Amino acid sequence: MDYTPHTEADIEAMLAAAGFTGIEDLFAPIPGSVRLGRDLALPHGMPEAEVLALMEGLARKNRPTGELVCFAGGGAYDHYVPSPVAHLAFRAEFATSYTPYQPELSQGVLGVLFEFQSMICELTGMGVANASLYDGASALVEAINLATGATGRSRIVLSGALNPNYAAVARTNGGARGFSFSTTAAGDGVTGDLGDLAGAACVVVAQPNFFGCLEDLAAIAEATHAAGALLVVVFDPTTAGVLEAPGALGADVVVGEGQGLGVGLLYGGPYLGYFATRPEHVRRVPGRIVGATVDVRGKGGFVLTLQAREQHIRREKATSNVCTNQTLLAIAATVYLSWLGPQGLVELGESCLAGAHQAADLLASVPGCRLAFAAPFFKEFALQVPGDAERVAAGLAERGYLVGPGLGVASAELASHLLVAVTERRTPEQIEGLAKALAEVVA
Amino acid sequence: MSGRARGPEPQTIFDVSAPGRRASSVAQPAGSPAEGLIPPGLRRASPPRLPEVSELDLVRHYTRLSQRNWAIDVGVYPLGSCTMKYNPKVHEDVAGLPGFRNIHPWQPADQVQGALQLLWEMEQYLAELTGMARVTFQPAAGAQGELTGLLIMRAHHTATEGHPRSVVLIPDSAHGTNPASVALGGYKVRQIPSDERGLVDLAALEAALDPSVAGLMLTNPNTLGLFETDIERIAAALHRSGGLLYFDGANFNAILGKVRPGDMGFDIVHMNTHKTFTTPHGGGGPGSGPVAVSARLAQYLPSPVVGYDEAANRWFWDTDRPQSIGRLHGFHGNFGVVVRAYTYLRSLGGEGLVRIAERAVLNANYLRALVREAYPEAHPGTCMHEFVCTAKPLRAKGVRAMDVAKRLIDLGFHPPTVYFPLVVEEAMMVEPTETESRESLDALAAALLQIAGEASSDPELLHEAPVTAPVGRLDEARAARRLHVRWEPGSPWLDE
Repeated sequence: MDYTPHTEADIEAMLAAAGFTGIEDLFAPIPGSVRLGRDLALPHGMPEAEVLALMEGLARKNRPTGELVCFAGGGAYDHYVPSPVAHLAFRAEFATSYTPYQPELSQGVLGVLFEFQSMICELTGMGVANASLYDGASALVEAINLATGATGRSRIVLSGALNPNYAAVARTNGGARGFSFSTTAAGDGVTGDLGDLAGAACVVVAQPNFFGCLEDLAAIAEATHAAGALLVVVFDPTTAGVLEAPGALGADVVVGEGQGLGVGLLYGGPYLGYFATRPEHVRRVPGRIVGATVDVRGKGGFVLTLQAREQHIRREKATSNVCTNQTLLAIAATVYLSWLGPQGLVELGESCLAGAHQAADLLASVPGCRLAFAAPFFKEFALQVPGDAERVAAGLAERGYLVGPGLGVASAELASHLLVAVTERRTPEQIEGLAKALAEVVA
Repeated sequence: MSGRARGPEPQTIFDVSAPGRRASSVAQPAGSPAEGLIPPGLRRASPPRLPEVSELDLVRHYTRLSQRNWAIDVGVYPLGSCTMKYNPKVHEDVAGLPGFRNIHPWQPADQVQGALQLLWEMEQYLAELTGMARVTFQPAAGAQGELTGLLIMRAHHTATEGHPRSVVLIPDSAHGTNPASVALGGYKVRQIPSDERGLVDLAALEAALDPSVAGLMLTNPNTLGLFETDIERIAAALHRSGGLLYFDGANFNAILGKVRPGDMGFDIVHMNTHKTFTTPHGGGGPGSGPVAVSARLAQYLPSPVVGYDEAANRWFWDTDRPQSIGRLHGFHGNFGVVVRAYTYLRSLGGEGLVRIAERAVLNANYLRALVREAYPEAHPGTCMHEFVCTAKPLRAKGVRAMDVAKRLIDLGFHPPTVYFPLVVEEAMMVEPTETESRESLDALAAALLQIAGEASSDPELLHEAPVTAPVGRLDEARAARRLHVRWEPGSPWLDE
């Protein structure tokens, strides 16, 4: 099957109308010497029912949450996705539309993106946000690009408590542009001495950080600003009902991963990068921005604005090469945040916080296990276990619990440490069950 | 589209908010635990001012907004270079299966064998389609794929010559992402002009080639919808000077199974699954931009790549990639998008993919013939999956391509891409795609011809269009001048 509507009669009539005698005539511009000249070595097509069965078979070879009780974290969390999110965000009018280049036909998408930007500003305490980026890591890359452009400097200081994958993505991107990177210590689970910041474009820290711990953002901001650098904060927006907004603590750019805002786990993507900053940097913001305006009859509406920053206008002088973003996930996040409301956002944060502390108390009392760090934490914490963390995690998976990642992904010295994350979905009984299973595994 | 949503004009969700109203229910711990657990300076005093609405408020607001939007499921969407074809419904069912939807990106390989098998097989299929050796799925969309390709170029030249070279060539008809990616990749852009055929000017290309040139980024068919017939000579010239040839896959739909980038001499290929493999565009994303490379470049691909242990029949993440350019994505790329693209490939099979190329090209040539008299093509010859024509003949009557686009809205069609590529005056870039029927193309052509007539008889009608859309032409200059990019409490959603 191929979803094309052409009958044989259509094809003949259309070829004739266009002045061709056969289908192959259409490909005459392609030199014969490069033509494939054989059938593609691919499987044959199949009817929908068979494809569905095939895909169900592949899906069954995975062990999803539900089958495993999910305490895994490290940048992706098992938050609840309420029913209205999928029903509304994935309406075909949103899902099968494209970039709102014709605003008269795109007031739906543009309207939601305006709301998304507004909500991201509220969560982060910043004045301006864009309409989304690929993921948290790519949003960090764009924040670094903004900081280097705004300061004219190219030295980047990364917190040692940053998600190692984010740090890797930042280095991959920055290397080509000649940026230099240094990483602070993080021995106590939080960003250590920032060192000499002279000539630094920005300092990058995460709140909460990769180990789940809370950073003293105000102090870091003070030191950063004293050196004339910008503070970039990678902020988990699901904590924003409880944690002070980074913008109120001195952040200049706040970016992060919106996966927890109604997106789901999806094996790592598509997720939702967000980007917010102070209004004075608005012309350095990457990607799309929606603005309100009026039409010829004075009626309000929305358009993509400040497009002179973007690649389709500015080409090699654009603020970024990003074109496609994550609109559909931004719509999901907007519906989710509207569903949640301010009180729901507070309750979400407090529920995670309480659950994580219940879990930490129980797991740290298992013989041979202890909390790795003394710093305050939010919904996630590092647990030191006897022996190799990955083997402990495998033992827990046999008993129906998913934890991790092991912190060997961040540093070989932390190979006996596991991340444990607790969302609002986890019940006290599940937490007790995890503690019992851990006791068995490490016994 | 208009007229379906009754009731007051939708504004923003904030405008329907009422203090104390809510839709959510979240399981609550006893007491307020944050008191002792969060240092006072890190505790937020009052929560973010999110809207407060009931679930029905929520459903009505976003349903109404959705009805103010065009979409493939609503009607014809002939947006050039975007490949807005039908997105099969079964893809959504597959992507929603718990086994795909609810797996965590840090789960060890033995718990996600189905996901890794899918990525591995998809890699084999894309390698066959492109004539390349290996594929990465990390790039989240085409532009990130371009950057990935450029970083691979850097790695290749650095490894073989000790430095990355400094210049990347780009035709003047290229998408804006190409030069922007080149800049982010640490290279300078050198532009190559098109010749009178609308193809790369070979002499200009030869003249631009020197040891500073790392590569050439090319879309083939190009953005004029024309096949670069000199592609073998282009590739040979590039390779003679030690450069690499990059294939921008935006227009891959036209040539599936007919000719492969690898056989044309390309070294690096990115694909847009949201174009060629019909994953939904989602109002502008998510996409997925897999990058395929030839064998000599495979060592530089982003790490990790999927590995397969044949003896154990087991898939794993291969992290032992010492020459890799590093990581581009926080996890493994847009897996959920790849699941849809894989489903599409398995539904169509090799024979189905060839058929879509044939019918996409047939539709474009048919439509072009129907409108040719009023909107002459920018360049003669057979077009591929899309064509660029011009509204220039209407200019004498004071009518521009933008007016044609806006009038099309009133006649029930999404406009084509206008004013791109930049090398054609009053350009209209039309890509009907293979899923449109002869009847829809006839109707679109009739509308375009009607507009050409109206340009003479009633040009004012065109200047005033659209009148049937939810809003008329919007004041973009005002939007940029009086920047209003967020709702704020106490102020109207649009300040006057």
